[in-house]
Amino acid sequence: MQCPKCRGNMRTYERNGVHIEQCDNCRGIFLDYGELETLTRMETQFHAAPPPPPPAHGAPGWGAPHHGGHYGHHRQRSWVNMLFSS
Amino acid sequence: MVKAHSDREDPGGLELRLRAAASAPLHGLLLAPLRAEVMRVSGRNVTVWPAGQPVTDPEHAPWEEGARLLARLHAVPLSALPPLPPAGGPLRAARAVNRLTGDSPAEKLVRQAFEGLPPFPESPGLLTHGDWHLGQLVHRSHWLLIDVDDLGVGDPAWDLARPAAWYAAGLLEGSVWERFLGAYLAAGGPAVDAADPWSRLDAPARALTAQLAAVALGKALREGREPDEVEQSLIEACGRIVGLQKSLR
Repeated sequence: MQCPKCRGNMRTYERNGVHIEQCDNCRGIFLDYGELETLTRMETQFHAAPPPPPPAHGAPGWGAPHHGGHYGHHRQRSWVNMLFSS
Repeated sequence: MVKAHSDREDPGGLELRLRAAASAPLHGLLLAPLRAEVMRVSGRNVTVWPAGQPVTDPEHAPWEEGARLLARLHAVPLSALPPLPPAGGPLRAARAVNRLTGDSPAEKLVRQAFEGLPPFPESPGLLTHGDWHLGQLVHRSHWLLIDVDDLGVGDPAWDLARPAAWYAAGLLEGSVWERFLGAYLAAGGPAVDAADPWSRLDAPARALTAQLAAVALGKALREGREPDEVEQSLIEACGRIVGLQKSLR
């Protein structure tokens, strides 16, 4: 296969199930249908934050799932009042 | 500062609690009254206290200091103190839930969560504050616990149960809860086992969840509005408790 841009020779690679055609001359890359989406998905997974570590001292079976803190509550009046009252 | 006490309190119990707060073993832990006697003013029980600086910024609250004070309070041998009545936590929870008398689904859920509580673990019978939250700390050269109204002999896990309930409801950040519990354990607090704190916390934290949900729901009902997001998270925690009770049946 010839590079559509510079007519150089295209070489085929396979990385994690994605076919990549790269030009030996201009280093340009060609992707087959759907492969850009596959790469994007992989990149997102790579950059996603790791799951929060389990709490050091455990949690009850009926506890709320904690997704790294509910910062939205912090300025709510009823939550602040509750911190300080019986 | 003068504190007027609720009429439902038994004045004999208050007298004993006041005497304990004035005693030497609690010096530096619990604010001591200016006068170790209960006075009557216009038919109300009144006690007199030195003023202190309360916690003002919840974002920078002294969670660790509070935890360490509780750990030290729980470690005070009862034999070193004047006799004390039972700590008030369990009664306080029952009173709050009993105040809900309606038949709305939320009210039923809170009652169900409370009624299905597992039996409270054998109480070690230690000195217990009985009603701890951030409003129970004041600063006078260092942080001190205040409020003797529920002080007594009880299961000290009840003093950790309110933050535990907040954490389980998703209101208190996990990192803050871990700081609080970690400081309590590091100070040698006897209420829970470091390897498995929830084995002792579970029952009182469920009771406190029902209590907090009952208080929140009562407030919303009195104000003729739907529970807000924070109040709703406590009712949802009651729902998860009830769900767990059902799945174990």
